[in-house]
Amino acid sequence: MGKIVAATGNEAVAEALRQINPDVCAAYPITPQTDMMQRFASFVSDGKVDTEIMLVESEHSAMSACIGASAGGGRVATATSGPGLALMWEMLYVASGMRLPIVMPVVNRSLSAPLNIHGDHSDAMGARDSGWIQLWSENAQEAYDNTIQAFRIGEHMDIRLPVMVCLDGFIISHSIERMEYLDDNVVKAFVREYKSLNPLLDVENPKSIGPLILPDLYHEYKRAQHEVMTKVKDVVLDVAEDFKKISGRSYGLFETYRLDDAEIAVVILNSAAGTAKDIVDEFREKGIKAGLLKPRLFRPFPYEEVAHALKNLKAVCIMDRADSFGGYGPLFMEVSSALYPLNDRPIMINKIYGLGGRDFMPQHAEIVLDELVEIVKTGKFKTIKEYIGVRE
Amino acid sequence: MKIPGWKELTPGAVILQAGNATEFKTGSWRSLKPKWKEENCIQCLFCWIYCPDMSIKVKDGKRGEFDYDFCKGCGICALECPGKKGKKAIVMEEEDK
Repeated sequence: MGKIVAATGNEAVAEALRQINPDVCAAYPITPQTDMMQRFASFVSDGKVDTEIMLVESEHSAMSACIGASAGGGRVATATSGPGLALMWEMLYVASGMRLPIVMPVVNRSLSAPLNIHGDHSDAMGARDSGWIQLWSENAQEAYDNTIQAFRIGEHMDIRLPVMVCLDGFIISHSIERMEYLDDNVVKAFVREYKSLNPLLDVENPKSIGPLILPDLYHEYKRAQHEVMTKVKDVVLDVAEDFKKISGRSYGLFETYRLDDAEIAVVILNSAAGTAKDIVDEFREKGIKAGLLKPRLFRPFPYEEVAHALKNLKAVCIMDRADSFGGYGPLFMEVSSALYPLNDRPIMINKIYGLGGRDFMPQHAEIVLDELVEIVKTGKFKTIKEYIGVRE
Repeated sequence: MKIPGWKELTPGAVILQAGNATEFKTGSWRSLKPKWKEENCIQCLFCWIYCPDMSIKVKDGKRGEFDYDFCKGCGICALECPGKKGKKAIVMEEEDK
């Protein structure tokens, strides 16, 4: 059986990558991802993996090299953070458009300016529309588990799409937690032997990749790409079912916490969900029916399922660790779109919290839940979008 | 060539039929057309070397007629042609003439 360890998020994901042993990994160091790939590079130099590691001159090159290696027919992984992900932007769309199942842990970091290296979801939210599957992780255990499942999801023959595994910079990447590693042979058997689809290095069957597609066909290729995304939810659930058999840990499209009979709830991603759950418990002890929903699969977004889970609430606060300046937070936009088709829907508010690594404190969750209690009482809300934890 | 619907596409726009570019006739892009004047040709094959496509047909080491299905009329062959006694073996003419 597995091994109980004390590990940081970066260490845990590096360990998952060691166990998976990808064929190629092209990466460029960027805080707070650096320590993850440094650990993985040590596995390469110590002969613990067979991976061909490519140390490139930028993240644009890292993703380009990953695309080449994946198109060639290899199992490929990389990792990045914040501005590194931003520099990959052009190539992200190439990876998904070419249907290459590259797995990339994204150690979430803010974007400049002002220059900041800390935990924030602006990076991955900026890549929201790039055609990548996105799995989000609350802690080191989830980041490790999601990394292992990401290979099975992306490499599924009906899917063949790249996958980002998001974990919060520093808060998770650099904090030590108790967690459980699976045995090497269990992970190896779970991810299975890599099967390529139309690989370029199959010299018996020459082919062309990355062609110019003009207006007579481009629209059809995008329609096909949309169709693939509609199949992802089922695959994510199937893979989670298999993963439960080897780990005992359950995963879904999202996690619900004390939500079944709740009247008020917060929707919140990643590490801050842990803090918010404690405060949900405090409110429950006070007799207030509070709950929480933590999305796991953000792309494709499970609109119907989220709507079903939230439909009986009276008020819900959707919390974003990223802003869309001049718009609502990205998570709010998804959840409000999900709830829109319902005739009866909860009152929705949006709070922007924790930008650039600002701590999300228990009192922030308290303020939000208190406000939701007040909204339920009066049936009125002040503002839809508001910053919390900000100095006046 | 039938244009496929979205359900008929290869994942990731991979082209599995090697060499299918021959089905795509690009000669219609041409506004100037090279004309071969055999009497001035010294068979140096500069045109064959310089052609950025494969529009100079060569058989038994000697050039023949242009492949107008693919010649885009760039004129490189006419520029490079040394001709014979100052007379070019390839001249560019307006299309339709």
